[in-house]
Amino acid sequence: MKEIKVLGTGCTKCTKTAEVIEKVARELATEVIVEKETNPEVIMGYGVMSTPAVVINDAVVHSGRIPTQEEVKQWLV
Amino acid sequence: MFEVFTHFADWLVYETFGLAADTKHGDALHFFVEDTTKIFALLLVMIYLVAWLRASLNVERVRDYLASKHRGVGYLLGSMFGAITPFCSCSSIPVFLGFTSAGIPVGITMAFLLTSPLINEVAVLLLLSLLGWKFTLMYVLVGICVGVIGGIFLDLIKAEQWLQPFAAKAYQRAASHQPVMGDVEAPRVSMLERHQFAREETQEILGRVWKWVFIGVGLGAGLHGFVPEGWVETNLGNGQWWSVPAAVVMGIPLYSNATGVIPVMESLLLKGLPVGTTLAFCMSTVAASFPEFILLKQVMQWRLLATLFAMLLLSFTAVGWIFNMAFPH
Repeated sequence: MKEIKVLGTGCTKCTKTAEVIEKVARELATEVIVEKETNPEVIMGYGVMSTPAVVINDAVVHSGRIPTQEEVKQWLV
Repeated sequence: MFEVFTHFADWLVYETFGLAADTKHGDALHFFVEDTTKIFALLLVMIYLVAWLRASLNVERVRDYLASKHRGVGYLLGSMFGAITPFCSCSSIPVFLGFTSAGIPVGITMAFLLTSPLINEVAVLLLLSLLGWKFTLMYVLVGICVGVIGGIFLDLIKAEQWLQPFAAKAYQRAASHQPVMGDVEAPRVSMLERHQFAREETQEILGRVWKWVFIGVGLGAGLHGFVPEGWVETNLGNGQWWSVPAAVVMGIPLYSNATGVIPVMESLLLKGLPVGTTLAFCMSTVAASFPEFILLKQVMQWRLLATLFAMLLLSFTAVGWIFNMAFPH
């Protein structure tokens, strides 16, 4: 089970990012927990400045834009 | 080179629709057609080109660069990078915290964040095509000055003491220790990646601003066709000192970005609104918006937020008065 966090202060891009991840996870039948993290202090803790960013098992894997489905697939496999 | 858009509007409005050039409707529609076609054509080409050039510039690199600079040049550099670095306005808070936790003074960070909405490629492009290079140069210089002076002022009043506690702590930690920063190497960006970045940026920005172009040009066209000739000049352009603060206050609730407000500026200037008043109105509309200020509450205490807001309103008013004195009718 992968714990995935989407970091972002709540703009539409962050919502879309979470949607893309959930969609790809459903297609791959992988179980994931996707959480949205909007607390600026926590985001700062990950050293992220460009949102939306994606954290998987506490490591930042992506930042700055909505990921493509291809990118999400690579993280989940 | 922009005449082609005038000819197109002539052909569409006067010849095809058969409206006369001296009627209100004909005049307004001509303004609308000419400006929207010109703006969209330019946006498409220029956003792509600018994005292509700056594909390797990002906030992380700017932070590392600014953190290594002397404070004296930091304000100017912060303000200039604010103008050219691409970042989404919803990233303002993470950017603020990223800079602060790298030990960059609050004033330099704010110089970056204040200039960013004022000057961007879309604004510069529209100003160039609608109002000419002199006005554009003036606008850019004023925008950078507002960022620099605002930044210096915030550091003079020691703004860092009025940050939210966690942000203040992060700043102090960075000041007393060597700040921890990831090694960000200049990314090698291939031609293909540049193209992809530029294409995404063009789609993203156009997707965000297209409605503002219609709203802005629509308003501009309405003003152009329906406000009587001479009304603006007599009532607002005859040295009335209060027209500048009034323009600034009017700009606050009008939440718009540069794309929406520049066609309105064009129309107001054509109607005889003084340059300073027009500049003040534009800057206030673009940079002093409540939604974005409320976001800053997450990292600043009310006192600092209010100071910042008052500072912006005063500096826009000052800009307006100075330009009205320097360029009287």
